Amino acid sequence: MKSEEKEDRGRIDISTEECKGCGLCVEACAPNVMQLSDGFNSRGYHPAVYLGSGCTGCGVCFFACPEPGAITVFTLLSPAKAAEAASLSLATTTL
Amino acid sequence: MYAKSFQRPKSLFGEFSRKSGDHLTTHYCPGCGHGNLHKYIAEAIDELGMQDRTVLVNPVGCSVFAYYYFDVGNIQVPHGRAPAAATAVKRALPDSLVISYQGDGDLAAIGGNEILHCANRGENITVFFVNNAIYGMTGGQMAPTTLLGQRTSTSPTGRQILEEGFPMHVSELLASLEGPSYIERVGLFDNKSRMRARKAVKKGLQNQIEGRGFSLIEVLSPCPTGWGLTPTDACNWVKENLLPVFPLGVIKDVTADRENWNRRRLEVTPERVAEVLGITHATAEKRTATWTDSNVATCYRDPRIKLAGFGGQGVLFLGKLLAEVGMREGFNVSWLPSYGPEMRGGTANCAVNISTLPVGSPLISDPSVLIATNRPSLDKFAPEVVSGGVILYDSSLIDTAPTRDDVEVLAVPATAIADSIGSPKVANIVMLGAYIGLTNVLPKERVVAVIESMTKKKALVELNIKAIDAGIEHASKAHVAEDSWAV
Amino acid sequence: MAQELIKGNEAVVKAAIMAGCRSFYGYPITPASEIAEAAARYFHESGGTFLQAESEVGAINMVYGAASCGERTMTASSGPGISLMQEGISYLAGSELPCVIVDIMRGGPGLGNIAPEQADYHQVVKGGGHGSYHTIVLAPNSAQEMCDLTFLAFELADRVRNPAIVLADGFIGQMMEPVEFPDRMVEPDDKPWAVHGDAETRKNLITSIYLSPEDLERHVRHLETKYALETDGIAMCEKYHTGDAEFLVIGYGIVSRVLKTAVDHAREMGIKVGLLRPITLWPFPTVQIAYEANYVKSMLVVELSTGQLVDDVRLAVNGEIPVRFYSRVGGVVPTTDELLTQIIKASEADHVRKVVPAAEESLWGV
Repeated sequence: MKSEEKEDRGRIDISTEECKGCGLCVEACAPNVMQLSDGFNSRGYHPAVYLGSGCTGCGVCFFACPEPGAITVFTLLSPAKAAEAASLSLATTTL
Repeated sequence: MYAKSFQRPKSLFGEFSRKSGDHLTTHYCPGCGHGNLHKYIAEAIDELGMQDRTVLVNPVGCSVFAYYYFDVGNIQVPHGRAPAAATAVKRALPDSLVISYQGDGDLAAIGGNEILHCANRGENITVFFVNNAIYGMTGGQMAPTTLLGQRTSTSPTGRQILEEGFPMHVSELLASLEGPSYIERVGLFDNKSRMRARKAVKKGLQNQIEGRGFSLIEVLSPCPTGWGLTPTDACNWVKENLLPVFPLGVIKDVTADRENWNRRRLEVTPERVAEVLGITHATAEKRTATWTDSNVATCYRDPRIKLAGFGGQGVLFLGKLLAEVGMREGFNVSWLPSYGPEMRGGTANCAVNISTLPVGSPLISDPSVLIATNRPSLDKFAPEVVSGGVILYDSSLIDTAPTRDDVEVLAVPATAIADSIGSPKVANIVMLGAYIGLTNVLPKERVVAVIESMTKKKALVELNIKAIDAGIEHASKAHVAEDSWAV
Repeated sequence: MAQELIKGNEAVVKAAIMAGCRSFYGYPITPASEIAEAAARYFHESGGTFLQAESEVGAINMVYGAASCGERTMTASSGPGISLMQEGISYLAGSELPCVIVDIMRGGPGLGNIAPEQADYHQVVKGGGHGSYHTIVLAPNSAQEMCDLTFLAFELADRVRNPAIVLADGFIGQMMEPVEFPDRMVEPDDKPWAVHGDAETRKNLITSIYLSPEDLERHVRHLETKYALETDGIAMCEKYHTGDAEFLVIGYGIVSRVLKTAVDHAREMGIKVGLLRPITLWPFPTVQIAYEANYVKSMLVVELSTGQLVDDVRLAVNGEIPVRFYSRVGGVVPTTDELLTQIIKASEADHVRKVVPAAEESLWGV
């Protein structure tokens, strides 16, 4: 279990409009931090949502998801890697 | 700081603009395995750095529109024919990464022959075979891989052995051939199977890049819509029902022993091509033959020659020889064979025109010359010879002279003469000698020149010259006296 | 230029390689097998690919794959094999892929026999496959034309981006005649639309599927317009003694050769007959035949089928003059005397119609 102080090892972005609500990511997620939303997206599916914490960045949801762009998985960089990535402009997001 | 670690592969379009309507999502149903496989293939193409060099051969089936998604060179082909088209793509572009992506109806049913022979040739391509035991695109009909008892729209009471036969194990069938290098069956039903599938996909592509020959990855893939199940239940159905019939694993792997299975064309210069084709652009002075000032009697000019005998007696060759010499002399010529099975063991005949005028009909129904080397040929064609024409026949083999009295008849014991000078095989050349000896239509030295250019063995050339001389001598004797050689 | 005594079937292959054809995908069938055999001898050594496919279906789809890569490619077969290729030909036309297909016709229907017939006219000229498309069809009548028209077929196929078919009968394929090959090798132009497996062509897509009715209509109209523009003026025919002719005989392939000799004999007898030989069967020399219809009393079409070419001639003539028909089938090729008899009969019918009973005329169909 993650401690309150520590950043999660990973996080995911779900493109709600690209999700077809098949639920395979929810089934696949080992730390069990995803679920299908009660609400609908514009095409009438219950999209998957990230519960907001607990992601390990393992990526199984990405590989379980049949849609090419519905899920993007991010992993936490070590401080050294983060510095390197910043200098190469590789990192695309910060928390 | 976070970095994207798993995201849409670059080899898939960011926006599906080839698709009408929604450009955001695929046309596949929720939970369909095609999307997963697309991602794994695209991921592997990215990792191998082959996006620009990839050519995807799109099938007919649910994945007919794979080109909506793959940002690579795309070719869409007829149902089942992807392995044939992919073969030619790979031969044309040996440095490209050629992928044939096919479903079970496409590959195992209508395209059974194409995949069988492509695999047997060991084509250096990669095939992805999506097996979901059903025809998805056309609405859930039975496939060769449909399970026994499985209900589909064309097996409404369930597939029966005595009706539709057994589910077809395509990978095992192909693995029994020597050609394929790598065949593995993977599944898309849980995390572990998906990770294994990713590895197999990459290996299948890597094999091709390394020139290791034919790779096929069969993918047991959920079809929730076709099966009438939720996506999660469909995954369970793969595990519980497909897996016992189609077990996962590497079915064949001889990649370690296979190298240089990529076919490359020879690099040649235009000069070399001309040499191969035997095209000579030497501007040899073109001769135009005429009969005027020649010693050829009018009745022998512009001959329409029918040559006939048993297959193997060399009458077709004799006809070609006459036409070749005629052509080099500057005449218009044609050579037309009777062709087909009758050439093999039966009778053979050909028609040769040698003319100062352009040859109209190459068919000869009214020959002015008949050269017959067996009895059936003489019987068949002697009546067709025009009045005033010439009949030469091999009197060693034909014991009855033609009964016509309105044509010139020369009996030539060609086989006996040929035998006496060394080989009965040159009987046809003896006939040729007799023909030119009788008619002077073609000069002997020109005939010899052509034989010399066609024959490499010196002894054979000499034998042929002896045969021509013997034929000419016979004709000149026969001209003054009744034939005394006849058997 | 040196002449070579060569079979029509072999001349096709040499001409194709000289025209820049890089690959041959075929399947053996009499009387076209010499083409595959010659291709096997020459393509590999000339830096190309020869592959004997598993079937004609495989062969035409290999041609489809090769054409998609932008290279000049070909196949050859006879009637039964061409029937199997029709699916692929429709796809090639739909995907706008150029290629050359040689059909050495034999007797049909079914297994028929291997003797020369001309009954593939409909399946080749009218397009035996599904959908609104055409194939360019060239009909040689000599070994020299087997060379020349193969050369032309590659040019036209590329120009129109469509399959071009060289349609010959067994005799034209099997016959040896002197051939002068062109004094040049063609290096075909690059095809920017093709898939080359590189960055420049990565976005290229070869397909014939247009899911929405509006899109497919637009595509089919585009093909229609393309055919009209790109084939304008390429219809060809040979005319022989048509200048003062009072009636015309029409035939292609081997029949035209026999007809030519028969016309010579008829002219010696004082009959003013001319010969018109279509060289392109699609586009058809409609204009040329319609023009001749203004000057002659009738036409006689001779074919080795029960009447296929004659349909197009009648459409061209449009009822202006009688179009008679004479045919032999099953591999029987009419003799010169036989056609001379038909010419005499037809010329008498034109001048003294009353004495020719209708029944006699309709023996072989009118």
